[in-house]
Amino acid sequence: MVKRDLIIVGAGPAGLSAAKVALEAGLTVTIIERAAILGGQLTKQTHKFFGSKEEYAKTRGIDIASILIDELKNYEKRLEILKEATVVGMYKDYVLTIYQGNEYFKYQAKAIIIATGASEKVLAFENNDLPGIYGAGAVQTLMNLYGIVPGNEVVMVGSGNIGLIVSYQLIQAGVKVKALLEAASNIGGYLVHAAKLVRLGVPIYTKTSVKKAFGDKQLEKIETVKLDENWQYIEGTEEIINCDALCISVGLTPLHQLLSMAEVDMIYISELGGLIPKKTPDYETSMPRVYACGDVTGIEEASSAMVEGKIAGLMAARDLGHRHKKFNELEKQFKDQLQNLRQGPSGVKIRLGLQKAGEEL
Amino acid sequence: MRIEKHPILSFEKKNKLHFTFNGRDLVGYEGDTIAAALHDNDIMHYSNSLIKKRPRGFYCAIGNCGSCNMTVDGVLNVKTCITPLKDRMVVESELDEVTIHG
Repeated sequence: MVKRDLIIVGAGPAGLSAAKVALEAGLTVTIIERAAILGGQLTKQTHKFFGSKEEYAKTRGIDIASILIDELKNYEKRLEILKEATVVGMYKDYVLTIYQGNEYFKYQAKAIIIATGASEKVLAFENNDLPGIYGAGAVQTLMNLYGIVPGNEVVMVGSGNIGLIVSYQLIQAGVKVKALLEAASNIGGYLVHAAKLVRLGVPIYTKTSVKKAFGDKQLEKIETVKLDENWQYIEGTEEIINCDALCISVGLTPLHQLLSMAEVDMIYISELGGLIPKKTPDYETSMPRVYACGDVTGIEEASSAMVEGKIAGLMAARDLGHRHKKFNELEKQFKDQLQNLRQGPSGVKIRLGLQKAGEEL
Repeated sequence: MRIEKHPILSFEKKNKLHFTFNGRDLVGYEGDTIAAALHDNDIMHYSNSLIKKRPRGFYCAIGNCGSCNMTVDGVLNVKTCITPLKDRMVVESELDEVTIHG
């Protein structure tokens, strides 16, 4: 069995940020990433970030990924990165089982940071499994990472920020967005994104959902339906839209499986996307020296994932005897940053979720 | 279909890679995953559901959902959406192999 100090699972914004701070503090770090490239979902985010300078505001996600990766280059001697490697199991004795290139092996760590991120939720309707129906993030990956469009005519379901941004990026890639459907009576994401779509002539239908998809071997058209106050179909309001791709953007859910497998204390918080680990203000879970950060601790933005990662990295280093030279200063800075990011109307749901999870705000 | 013009990204055509899918000769490009190259070749049917054998395309593209699992160079259940395409790869869909009994 291979023994390591700190193992970080996932090389997205949270995992990379955690690695940087832990390395800076003097730890030896192993990062395990399922994909062939580092950066997680940042690698497909061509839009510019909001927030403040510390969270790379006005910088595109793709460029933030490069910055985070470059920052690790100073520490190559203390950093091991396994790519195309999937952690398939996590156990109470700090053993991680890993599958890479058709080989199966074990690592044991003194501390573990889980930064696995989230997966896209699905929506229940008839024939929702037809080829041509994708998660909105999948379409974003296909377009922005591989330069391939999903189809010619797309309908987007869900007007959160992902739905709005991916719709705009579909248009940038030359695809026609025929409609954007939203089950609620209001647009979920930032109005600045929605306004761009409206200016480009994309019709946005609120209180509307998909009732059924049609197609023999792949998607050919969908049937939409209006919803009443109780989210029930209003009969007689059905309409057909021809399209060869349908993007589902109805939220994300934390990829909690490794934590659940190690029997870390978990709690279901719908505001944060589902099952999340209970954690201390230092992002430590109920299992000592196992930390969690980013979307796996509740769905937020990549900006907060980066800050959470920094906190987890800072604390993991301290707990393994490598207290960062600027520990006190950084701890305050990171925790203040997080509080700022969660302020205002767009943070209401997150604050409510954290409160329900019993966390101090 | 490949994106030709993009206001932010540039997609230069990289080296061609030859591979087979269920015996058909196909072409992809360096940097593609297997699933991306198949999609570019207008292949939408990646797997079948286990019980009702309904056709499935790819859904998540980041290795979560498993609806793009295929046999690659003889290895079963490879997540084709996160596996880089390589020259001379032999890719086969698992349409009938997996059956649930009982």
